Amino acid sequence: MCGLVGLHLREETIHPRLGELLTPMLVAMGERGPDSAGIAIFDNDVPDGTTKWSLRAPHPNHDWRAVAERLETRLGTKVETRLVADDAVLVIDHEPELVIKALAEWDRKVGIVSYGNAVEVFKDVGHPAEICERYGIANRTGYQGLGHTRMATESAVTTEHSHPFAAGSDLCLVHNGSFSNYATVRRRLTDAGLRFDTDNDSEVAARYLAHEISMGADLRAALGRMMDALDGFYTLLVATEREFAVVRDAFACKPAVIAETDDYVAMCSEYHALATLPGIDDADVFEPRPEEIHVWSR
Amino acid sequence: MVTLSCTELSTTEINRRLAELPEGSAAVITEPRGRHNLAVGLSRPISVTIDGNAGYFIGGLSSGPDITVNGFVGWSVGENLMDGTVRVKGNASECSGASSHGGTIFIEGDASSRAGISLKGGTIVVAGDVGHMSGFMAQAGVMVVGGDAGEALGDSLYEAVIYVGGEIGSLGSDARVEELETEDVLLLKDLVDRSGFDHIEPENVTRIASARELYNFDALKDIKY
Repeated sequence: MCGLVGLHLREETIHPRLGELLTPMLVAMGERGPDSAGIAIFDNDVPDGTTKWSLRAPHPNHDWRAVAERLETRLGTKVETRLVADDAVLVIDHEPELVIKALAEWDRKVGIVSYGNAVEVFKDVGHPAEICERYGIANRTGYQGLGHTRMATESAVTTEHSHPFAAGSDLCLVHNGSFSNYATVRRRLTDAGLRFDTDNDSEVAARYLAHEISMGADLRAALGRMMDALDGFYTLLVATEREFAVVRDAFACKPAVIAETDDYVAMCSEYHALATLPGIDDADVFEPRPEEIHVWSR
Repeated sequence: MVTLSCTELSTTEINRRLAELPEGSAAVITEPRGRHNLAVGLSRPISVTIDGNAGYFIGGLSSGPDITVNGFVGWSVGENLMDGTVRVKGNASECSGASSHGGTIFIEGDASSRAGISLKGGTIVVAGDVGHMSGFMAQAGVMVVGGDAGEALGDSLYEAVIYVGGEIGSLGSDARVEELETEDVLLLKDLVDRSGFDHIEPENVTRIASARELYNFDALKDIKY
């Protein structure tokens, strides 16, 4: 069992409230997944072409300024450092491939949690209330966000194995369920040159989607192909820089509730996580049917 | 009338207060906001109104109360209901009436997939549609669907009977269409009266029951050892 939450804000005036609205939703899903939690925030707070890097500290009090300085020297560009608890978000105006290479060259213990122009991902082992507090999620502004509370079934309970799983630029997903043939699909993707951070089944779905999109598919087409390739039980919530999508497997064994108003699209595993949202009593509330692909774009 | 507020009381406190009410009492649960496990395990004939949208397992395991939900419900409304009624004014999510042994569940909207799964003698009347795999392995009891039924209806049915007013997506394994008999029509007239779902025409529904080729495990009967 796991809990999923997501908010895609249509109304710009409520963007400053993204974290404030998302936090109680995630905490409400603590019962479905008390072992780990994670949040992705999408916010256009840096110039186009600039990349935000959510990096995980190898140990407390990691010297992020030293990392930034070394990157500045290596890449020949300015690096902005934003400290978030023990972790950091570095803002870098440079090609992602070279940043990944530079980071890997001297400190493999620094984990790349996500990168992109809009997305930032924070996740760890622990209760969602504690994780939200630690990363100051309630104060975050942004246009969409998603979150996950984990009760692990397929792989270990560690920070790396917790959700959201980011893959490629500005794509991440949260998953409730379990894939059965993920090792086969991962072997195929590994043969195609993709690298994986963990042995987690949900990471395979994230990398599959990012791979399909890098080959030219749009998110809807990529999700359709993923549903053909991966067997198992799933409710998936996927976000890219412009899109917010929900799919369920053919049996719809895992719950999903969507609420839509003029101001937002909200998704969660159980309705009570939506009950704190403004205007929820007048929202169009429905459950996505099996194998329906729902995509909202901005 | 006793008022129990979900903003002031825990689920355990609400259910304890309900369980203590004497026969014939009435209670209203306010601001449920999707709360799970409300009005479960009640054993006296009391009346309970849940004034809003509720969560999972509403009325489950109860024997005797009449429960009304002024909203929609999550998974497994009336699971393992023994006696009494549960009426949902809105839609119901998956597994409505799962394993219910007795009593009647009325759903005024649609029910999602696996409605009436493993039904063991209870009655479920849905005004609207039901989702895929409804009536799966239902052993005894009755399910009436006023609208359409999804894929694999009545898969692996035992002795429960399903009546459908609208279209059927597909029948599950070992489920078959049977002739409507006089007793069926009488039963349906009674259920239409009790439910108030008068768009259901008792003479104009499809009766689904088991072909009884799966469940008696006679697949090996012709094999000599």
